[in-house]
Amino acid sequence: MSEHKSDFGPDLGEVFGPHQADGGPDLVQLLTPEGERVEHPDFSFDLDDEAIKGFFRDMVLTRRIDTEATALQRHGELGIWAQLLGQEAAQIGSGRALRKQDFAFPTYREHGVAWCRDIDPLRLLGLFRGVDQGGWDPNDGNFGLYTIVIGAQTLHATGYAMGMQRDGVVGTGDPDRDAAVVAYFGDGASSQGDVNEAFIFAASYNAPVVFFCQNNQWAISEPIERQTRIPLYQRALGFGFPGVRVDGNDVLATYAVSQAALQRARDGQGPTLVEAYTYRMGAHTTTDDPTRYRLSEDLETWKLKDPIQRVKAYLTRNGLADQDFFEELDHEAEKLGEHLREGCRALPEPKPLDVFDYVYAEQTEELAEQKAGYAAYLDSFETTGGHR
Amino acid sequence: MTKITLAKGLNAGLRKAMEDDPKVLIMGEDVGKLGGVFRITDGLQKDFGEDRVIDSPLAESGILGTAVGMAMRGYRPVCEIQFDGFVYPAYDQIVSQVAKIHFRSMGKVKMPIVVRIPFGGGIGAVEHHSESPEAQFAHTPGLKVVACSNPVDGYWMIQQAIACDDPVIFLEPKRQYHADKAELDESVLPQPLFTSRVVREGSDLTLLAYGPMVKTCLLSAEAAAGEGKSVEVIDLRTLSPLDLGPVYASVRKTGRAVVAHEAHVNLGMGSEIAARITEQCFYHLEAPVLRVGGFDTPYPPSRIEEEWLPDLDRVLDAVDRSLAY
Ligand SMILES: Cc1ncc(C[n+]2csc(CCOP(=O)(O)OP(=O)(O)O)c2C)c(N)n1
Repeated sequence: MSEHKSDFGPDLGEVFGPHQADGGPDLVQLLTPEGERVEHPDFSFDLDDEAIKGFFRDMVLTRRIDTEATALQRHGELGIWAQLLGQEAAQIGSGRALRKQDFAFPTYREHGVAWCRDIDPLRLLGLFRGVDQGGWDPNDGNFGLYTIVIGAQTLHATGYAMGMQRDGVVGTGDPDRDAAVVAYFGDGASSQGDVNEAFIFAASYNAPVVFFCQNNQWAISEPIERQTRIPLYQRALGFGFPGVRVDGNDVLATYAVSQAALQRARDGQGPTLVEAYTYRMGAHTTTDDPTRYRLSEDLETWKLKDPIQRVKAYLTRNGLADQDFFEELDHEAEKLGEHLREGCRALPEPKPLDVFDYVYAEQTEELAEQKAGYAAYLDSFETTGGHR
Repeated sequence: MTKITLAKGLNAGLRKAMEDDPKVLIMGEDVGKLGGVFRITDGLQKDFGEDRVIDSPLAESGILGTAVGMAMRGYRPVCEIQFDGFVYPAYDQIVSQVAKIHFRSMGKVKMPIVVRIPFGGGIGAVEHHSESPEAQFAHTPGLKVVACSNPVDGYWMIQQAIACDDPVIFLEPKRQYHADKAELDESVLPQPLFTSRVVREGSDLTLLAYGPMVKTCLLSAEAAAGEGKSVEVIDLRTLSPLDLGPVYASVRKTGRAVVAHEAHVNLGMGSEIAARITEQCFYHLEAPVLRVGGFDTPYPPSRIEEEWLPDLDRVLDAVDRSLAY
């Protein structure tokens, strides 16, 4: 990588070292990798230990969804799978900070957030198996469909948040009513025009949206240094709203920071950028080969920061969970795995004739004719005893 | 009854739609205080407020992308693109999101978004202000594309487009905004949005056009009549879906068809229409279906746009060539 030395401003290498795995001095952390709770002047975790056990369960089961889906891909049941290994805390912390009336706009890797929105994990597989393009109704659970075009959903989120403003569900002071939107995206996506346009719209209209960037350090093979020359959270200031960098492997901190940012939005104080500083421990997708571009020593460094292990350390160290708890959870994960394995194979195949029905809300004659023509064509095979 | 221009018709139609449905929003650059650079949204922000007539940042992808979110929240955004040549920054949101979300969600999420685009040339503008991008949208499943050609259609079609639960690319022939006036009689019910219309009857040849070329074709038919040729003119009005029933009926009667548009001929709307007429009316054709349009070059500097744009003479030339078969 070339050195970007400049006579103007700070030494970029110092501000933003490429291997600054500790996240730098502004990182919000409430639980260390060793499982020790620490204080932060601006953010605190205000739930009890039961809640932490709940988050632990969420993360373990989310990881199970991920490993199970990866295995299903290996067995040829899925065409591809986008793994989230290492990003469980970022997703569970932010996902659990959402209220029922909030709305989440995911990219394609938000399996943990989907879990928090009560989407049956089986539903996530359809897209990757090729039987549907997202099998859930976004309005049940307020969780948008996976979006493949990088960054596009950040604008949808902003527009949705502007709709909430018009519906009068922002800044009323009623906790059951006030709502906010969260837009998930990656560090690579931060380079897209749409994300930057979303920042501008959100700032300009003071829209109740939290931009939640999971900086997992890589956009397929391109490192974070290819996307930005300053820490991402610092970009927010340039758009006129606050940015926070949180330890993305610390579920207590991601919860606390998301909760605060969402509350700001619900209260009518506008957008926040949250940069969850984390690491993609797996491959980008099951078709990717990270050994071609990244160092195994980086992976080793990040393994020590595993989001699940640190909560486990906290729970055991403080005697908050006994062997039974962990065994029961293992059992639950096993059941979930079964559900996915069996359910995946049983996902209904799409019907060719159905594609004509979903193009328009108000069907056109042209398509109705094409459908009828194709149906007749298919029938001709049946009547002559041929095959489809 | 009142006499109105296309600009007034569209303005009144937008106003009516906003009165009828509080979920209708207008978004775009300069649509508020200024009333849009063509004044189509004149006075609407004053009467409906800044929350419903939204002056946006200068970001077309942003306009369409936020419209998607608004639509998901139950609103019916009408987005104004300032000029045809500036729709491309929003192209990705339009073709990859707006057009596909209903399909992707298997019908669970509707996208009742209207994208208003002042299109076509003839106003002496600098580059990117005179283009005809309709084929790019008509080629995209999930979008509906219509073009109005006169004040009365402008008034009704914009309301129908807004009421439609599908995304509609709404093309407005900008050079006609302030040109001819027409009587608007509200008691005459509008024809359905996605239908074409015979606007002049004739028996020797069928001329097909939409948007700004409808007027040119009517003038051509008039001139041809002076030479004893009877030309039928059809205003297509809807480009996706196409309503070709009346076209086939006409061509079966006349045996000849010429399609005219300002857009480039190569892979333009005329190509599709010619192919379909050939499929459906082969045995009735006395001549190949001919196309008249802009050349396959970028839109030229305005000092020569009148040469570049198909005009009355170029249309008549095609009519003559067809009749010569
Ligand atoms: C507009 C666009 N360009 C390229 C791609 C192909 N692509 C899929 S994921 C990806 C990398 C995205 O990286 P990032 O935003 O950091 O998210 P991550 O996958 O790391 O979570 C690319 C280039 C795409 N989906 N969309």
